Amino acid sequence: MKHNYILNSLPYSEPFLFVDEILFVSEDAMKGAYTFEPDAYFYKGHFKGNPITPGVILTECMAQIGLVCFGIYLLNGETISEKSTFALSSTEIDFYLPVYPGEKVFVVSEKIYFRFQKLKCKVKMLNAKEEVVAKGTISGMIFKRE
Amino acid sequence: MNSEEIYSLLEPIIKNYLPEDVSPKQINRSSDLTRELNINSAHLVDIILDIEDVFNIEFKNEDMENLRNVNDAILLIQKKATI
Repeated sequence: MKHNYILNSLPYSEPFLFVDEILFVSEDAMKGAYTFEPDAYFYKGHFKGNPITPGVILTECMAQIGLVCFGIYLLNGETISEKSTFALSSTEIDFYLPVYPGEKVFVVSEKIYFRFQKLKCKVKMLNAKEEVVAKGTISGMIFKRE
Repeated sequence: MNSEEIYSLLEPIIKNYLPEDVSPKQINRSSDLTRELNINSAHLVDIILDIEDVFNIEFKNEDMENLRNVNDAILLIQKKATI
């Protein structure tokens, strides 16, 4: 698979990894995908007897693909190392459709700017029917850990 | 542009990103942006980008190293605005 190094550099693991594959990445935009596990732990409580992916988890998936994977790519050639660390600084997301257990989603992220270690992106999540599930802006800092 | 004029444009930018527990009255020329005014690193970048727009200048990575307090910002703006 292409872009393996991005996935290998991710600072997440189960049960909080929400990236399966990177489909496309350039200096300006990227696209990735994730399929929600039908038996993910959060469905047990969100909601009782009516499992729907929580908005915070959709946001996390959008941030992991649209900001962290993208950030790793943009840093590559500069200073990619295991010592980089990421901090989410702001999210503003609108949600349009529910995402059910087992659904596959696509995250498309467009760079607004990447300056002084702050990456700000316009991020959109689509379902398998290409309907917009959520969209908004996410920004975060990429720090080098001492 | 003299430093009073710069300050009068700079203060409202900084005010915009102050955390709720810091009063705008605490802004003065010697205030340390991160340590005293409690501005986080992401908002510090927002301030820099707003300064670039307002003063029509461009900051480089190394400029950030010399930016600690309000006066540092004024001096940097003054230097860049005259080039």
